[in-house]
Amino acid sequence: MAIAAAAQHSTLDVKTLREDFPILKQRIHGKPLVYLDNSATTQKPKAVLDALHHYYFEQNANVHRGVHTLSGRATDLYDAARITAQRFLNAADPREIVYVRGTTEGINLVAQTWGRANIGKGDEMVLTEMEHHSNIVPWHILAQEKGARIRAVPLTPSGELRLDELEKLLNERTKIVAVTHVSNVLGTVNPIADIVRMAKKRGITVLIDGAQAVAHTAVDVQALGCDFYAFSAHKIFGPTGIGVLYGRAALLEAMPVYQGGGGMIGRVAFGNITYADLPYKYEAGTPNIAGAIGMGAALEYVMAIGLDRIAAYEQELLAYATQRLSAVPGLRLTGTAAHKAAVLSFVLEDVHPHDVGTILDREGVAIRAGHHCCQPLMGHLGVPATARASFALYNTRDEVDVLVKALGKVHEVFA
Amino acid sequence: MNDELQDLYQEVILDHNKRPRNFRVLDGGRQAEGYNPLCGDRFTVYLQIDNGLIKDVSFQGSGCAISKASASLMTESVKGKSIEEAKATFDEFQKMLTGPTDAPTDNLGKLTVLAGVRQFPVRVKCASLAWHTLKSAVDARDEVVSTE
Repeated sequence: MAIAAAAQHSTLDVKTLREDFPILKQRIHGKPLVYLDNSATTQKPKAVLDALHHYYFEQNANVHRGVHTLSGRATDLYDAARITAQRFLNAADPREIVYVRGTTEGINLVAQTWGRANIGKGDEMVLTEMEHHSNIVPWHILAQEKGARIRAVPLTPSGELRLDELEKLLNERTKIVAVTHVSNVLGTVNPIADIVRMAKKRGITVLIDGAQAVAHTAVDVQALGCDFYAFSAHKIFGPTGIGVLYGRAALLEAMPVYQGGGGMIGRVAFGNITYADLPYKYEAGTPNIAGAIGMGAALEYVMAIGLDRIAAYEQELLAYATQRLSAVPGLRLTGTAAHKAAVLSFVLEDVHPHDVGTILDREGVAIRAGHHCCQPLMGHLGVPATARASFALYNTRDEVDVLVKALGKVHEVFA
Repeated sequence: MNDELQDLYQEVILDHNKRPRNFRVLDGGRQAEGYNPLCGDRFTVYLQIDNGLIKDVSFQGSGCAISKASASLMTESVKGKSIEEAKATFDEFQKMLTGPTDAPTDNLGKLTVLAGVRQFPVRVKCASLAWHTLKSAVDARDEVVSTE
């Protein structure tokens, strides 16, 4: 989807958009902040900050509990955000949108409910070598508990999934394919619709980790055909501590409950408890109300700009950054897939990524250095860590130039 | 270049990063592994102790310039010292990185080239990883040391 959009000429007025993000105006060590750590978390536009502010100043009350006006107001906003998320993912029904703390909790929820009910001894779960720890560890815990087995799809040298190998891994013991939409290290955009088709031919359930995808490409869960799709609001200009697990209603209805508590029950008597309908069945306790409302504002913000326009702009930025970084002496890009989001991981000859990160920081450039919660992938790449510059809609070509110039400083120090 | 950066990446540090001293496996003694899960820095420190004296010490592994240079400088510093002296040096070294700015550094010798690290709080754990690992090797605890 991002790729089709890339063919259009971008029409984003980034200079004006940047005005929406107050944090970008500051200086770091006396230099203008160049924020290129968007895969870790994105900055928040005024629309989101205002929504949080208004909520706590004028609308704060518990939801679905009170008869008073404020509770009604908070409940309306909280429910409206769910409809926004439904529209954002093009889910068929708002009951399919479960609020969670983030992608990690979404995946844990599926592993601990659907997984415990459907995966048994000798069963197999197919992941990939590019997964984030959050899409490995929950399945590992389940595998240990059930005596099940994890298989991982290998990658090509450019960082694409080997679909031929995936095909070979699928068999009658395979119960789930859990794969990331976009790699947080390589930037690879995986062919989700193809993967779902391969899995569905065999009746296998599919979960998509959408953490790195949602800010960069339009997502249509019905078109993708996946069973579960999880994302975090903070990766798409919303607050931390809130996210969405999309699940097909039939699956969510059949699954056992997750956490127990208030809000998720129908009737409670000792010895006899019935549970609430979707999606509340999975939402025990007072939820992150402000977070949900802030997330709604973030999704509205992105939809108003248009993900196709964002994708087109970021593809231009990616092409420019790839060209500029490739020309830096001693720099090797890790992840050169044909379909990529604007994420550039790299290693510099003879300089550890942490030292790169520290020197860039003194130039005002914020990047991530480390294993990016992808230790199996680092093993595959044969490096202990990489440096990573990850872009969002507010980044500019000028910022790419600052990054390249700052990399020159690294060479100066380590000459 | 930025002054603080210059303090951090001094010639001696860059040299020890490029050509780490005592960078080898030492058989027949104690050893311990140190790991920083946040960044993936990983070192093994090898130790030969004779009558309470550090007869020989070496290390292997990978990490950033600060952690590698610090490990290299550490091996030079503690070789020939008693275990008590080595522990006192670690103490003083830690105070140089995180304690009051006027903490004494009389016994640190060449290790004072790492004083610039205190301007970079997130890098302190890089400089101290090898030392924590050494301590673990002295105590002969058979476990991975973490600075997180």
